[in-house]
Amino acid sequence: MADELTTRSALQLRDLVAHGEVSAEEVARAHLERVAATDDQLKAFVTVTDDAALAHARDIDRRRAAEEPVGALAGVPLALKDVLCTKGVRTTCGSRILQTYRPPYDAGVVERLRDADVVVLGKANCDEFAMGSSCENSAFFPTRNPWDLDRVPGGSSGGSVAAVAGFQAPLGVGTDTGGSIRQPAALCGLVGVKPTYGAVSRYGLIAFASSLDQAGPIARSVTDAAHLLAAIAGPDPRDSTSIPKPLPDVLAGLDDGVSGLRIGVVAEFMAEGMSDGVRAMVEASVERLAGLGAEIVEVSLPHAGYGLAAYYLIAPSEASSNLSRYDGVRYGLRVDGATTEAMMAATREAGFGSEVKRRIMIGTYALSAGYYDAYYAQAQRVRTLIARDFAAAFETCDVLVGPTSPTVAFPLGELTADPLAMYANDVYAVPASLAGLPAMSLPVGLGEAGMPVGFQIMAPLLRDDLMLRAARALEAEVGFDAMPRGPNALAGAAI
Amino acid sequence: MTTAATATGFQAVIGLEVHVELATRTKMFCGCRTDFGGDPNVRTCPVCLGQPGSLPVVNRGAVESAIRLGLALGGEVAPSSQFHRKNYFYPDMPKNYQISQYDVPICSGGVLEVTTSHGTTLVGITRVHMEEDTGKSLHAGTSGRIQGAEYSLVDYNRAGIPLLEVVSEPDIRSAEEAQAYLTELRAIVLALGISDAKLEEGSMRCDANVSVHRPGEPFGARAEVKNMNSVRSLGRAIAYEVDRQVALVQAGGTVVLQTRHWDEDRGATSTLRVKETLEDYRYFPDPDLVAVEPEPAWIEELRAGLPELPAAIRRRLVDAHRLSAEQVATLAGAGLIPVFEEAVAAGSPPVDAVNLLTNDVIALASERGFDPADLALTGAQLAELTGLVTDGTLSTKLAREVLGDVLAGRGTPREVVAERGLEQISDTSELAAICDEVIAAQADAAQKVRDGNRKAVGALVGAVMRATQGRANPRVVNQLLMERLDRC
Repeated sequence: MADELTTRSALQLRDLVAHGEVSAEEVARAHLERVAATDDQLKAFVTVTDDAALAHARDIDRRRAAEEPVGALAGVPLALKDVLCTKGVRTTCGSRILQTYRPPYDAGVVERLRDADVVVLGKANCDEFAMGSSCENSAFFPTRNPWDLDRVPGGSSGGSVAAVAGFQAPLGVGTDTGGSIRQPAALCGLVGVKPTYGAVSRYGLIAFASSLDQAGPIARSVTDAAHLLAAIAGPDPRDSTSIPKPLPDVLAGLDDGVSGLRIGVVAEFMAEGMSDGVRAMVEASVERLAGLGAEIVEVSLPHAGYGLAAYYLIAPSEASSNLSRYDGVRYGLRVDGATTEAMMAATREAGFGSEVKRRIMIGTYALSAGYYDAYYAQAQRVRTLIARDFAAAFETCDVLVGPTSPTVAFPLGELTADPLAMYANDVYAVPASLAGLPAMSLPVGLGEAGMPVGFQIMAPLLRDDLMLRAARALEAEVGFDAMPRGPNALAGAAI
Repeated sequence: MTTAATATGFQAVIGLEVHVELATRTKMFCGCRTDFGGDPNVRTCPVCLGQPGSLPVVNRGAVESAIRLGLALGGEVAPSSQFHRKNYFYPDMPKNYQISQYDVPICSGGVLEVTTSHGTTLVGITRVHMEEDTGKSLHAGTSGRIQGAEYSLVDYNRAGIPLLEVVSEPDIRSAEEAQAYLTELRAIVLALGISDAKLEEGSMRCDANVSVHRPGEPFGARAEVKNMNSVRSLGRAIAYEVDRQVALVQAGGTVVLQTRHWDEDRGATSTLRVKETLEDYRYFPDPDLVAVEPEPAWIEELRAGLPELPAAIRRRLVDAHRLSAEQVATLAGAGLIPVFEEAVAAGSPPVDAVNLLTNDVIALASERGFDPADLALTGAQLAELTGLVTDGTLSTKLAREVLGDVLAGRGTPREVVAERGLEQISDTSELAAICDEVIAAQADAAQKVRDGNRKAVGALVGAVMRATQGRANPRVVNQLLMERLDRC
């Protein structure tokens, strides 16, 4: 049984533990063994917290035995993106500047995971400060795609996604600023959800771009993802941008189907830009939704084409300020210098990688006196226009759909020399991010080179429930098998 | 409206930026206490240390203080205002940006009525905005500055304490007006109870923007003068800076936009840094915070709850008690209006109460190195004291001595007088004998009085007072002496 525990879904594991058929410790051990056996190849984790995970699992078992309360997902293992603060456990953001940083507190999401008795296996790799679309910007090592170890898993939540796709954990938590959950989920054949901005606490989420960052679930099924979202969402008075009311119940109507829903296909997303393999799968998915009884309409988001440009001004602008605090004075890396200023400069020079530096410079420039109106302020106006486009579209549609990423996973190293080509990966993801809307990706088939293709669903503010319901219906119709396969795939799900 | 400058044909143009540290229980964006003193870095948390992932949450109490000050200054409260980030690197600023307000402050406009020896003028208020304080750096080494320091230590206890910045229009024309403005603003802040407003301890800080020009010509380039930690040093610094700029311009030089440091010991300002271009703080709206949108009903509630403000109190005191403007200004400056009002309410004649307060109490406080308002003098004690003077029990002269004992905790005024036997001697038979002795002893002075030099009686009165250790009733003594000298 232990051998095949890693093939189980989150809900199956929850039930097995709840019914006493297996202990939480056995579940944790099985997954930790799978990590130990595969992570040399996959490189999903920066830090594996074996001892803490086993201690938590044993505590769950003890409480169950004593008939004390346990959380809603008691005993289910999870890979946590290394941008969420964990008290006393180093939290690196994939950066040299925080390589030894141990936060003095837990993130709001981490508290909620603990309340749910989700067992955190460790801290998953990511692009440095969540800036990237391939996980190659980690200061430590690139993470591999379980479907083809020579390809990228996407980013920036590549580590959490690879861990779930590689059956090291049934669940992951990532963060999505401009597609960092959805794009890697698409590239690795997983479900990845970016909730409504403000639905999940940002307290303890180390900021990349505060007005866009949002943590969300990664899973191998829509149902698992919905349960994880239910566990981590909710108001947090420590986050002023947290929505002060609970998210509508995402579980109640999950299996209600799409019959009668009006689903808008975003015309601008379906124009040129995506690969043939992606297009074929996206179009097939739209037909499937129609076959399930949804009414399909074409809608326009006239300003969506400006989204990528606006995003790459707003996000770096906020980042340039958010990352100022890494100066060697209080925590993290310090490189000595003759003066305080020289120390700060040397620390930042040595501590940040080139993509982070590039974005700090773009953002500093965009916020400078004399350029602010032309860049940052103009980008904010575009943001408003895009939000209005969505609002208009949602007057006639319940949810919108399109591709998640223009291509399937690309080989390691292919785009590292061309930042703009890398940024183009986010083209379909950023409009919903800029509007603060819930958006998700689910796998709908295989495209070029037998690699997974993701399908994006976007919903109105706080209608994460509707989005998940549509995804669940499509998932059931597609019947995607999440087991990586192909000549260069990571070997089987069992240990 | 006169300064040293106007005599030379130049006019000073001054605007003040005053920072007020709020006396809220907790910091601007986190739950840490705002207490003063103690070990370094004990009142800190992930938020005010700028730890990765931490987020600010606005302190409603600070917003309340800002609105009340804005309303007290006659300003408008913005229905929606925003926090911005002011980006610059400095080790005592945990995030390397300060959360402040920029284009939409919480309060705008208003006016402060300022009275000097030359009359009353109105100084416009540009804005009142909220921001967070920085930590404090300690630079080890001979320079005492970050440049050349051997090492630096930082205490973040102050980081995140709420500040209000009150910016005036450049309506101030003299050092004296600037001092009056600061004094009046401080009085309002104290009346509102939103800060202890101690300039010496830095809970109120004042920077002065000073320029000079010839009337009718455009304003000159300004210098921002920092590091004045009393009303007096504000006046000295401005006077120095105005003279410096006038002399510079008269000598054919040009004033350069710069920040200058006031050195209290040298009594001079010196260049801290020259602003060749405006510093670029890359202000942008803080995406971690939402707009501050105080409910209109709350604003009205705060407006209705404003206390009587110093200017209104002063007008009332002049009207109701016939005090002079100078007396009221002295009382106000010393923080003694509450004691005065209590004493009058307890039956003290206003003129006696004000005289004791403005002469004796302030002098006593100064002898002891106290702020007059910090003396533990109650209105009831003062009323009892003036009562003893009025009913002839105590001489005016001994009143100050009694006051000293009362403040030293040696009892009520009546108890002190009884204990020390300080009752005034008004008994004519007792005093007549002493007067006769003095006349005999000082025959020359007595003869002058007899010859019609009535002022010469003063020396004789003084001798009687000395003989009675000041207890003789001088009015009675005077009368007894004159009777005797007229008769002979």
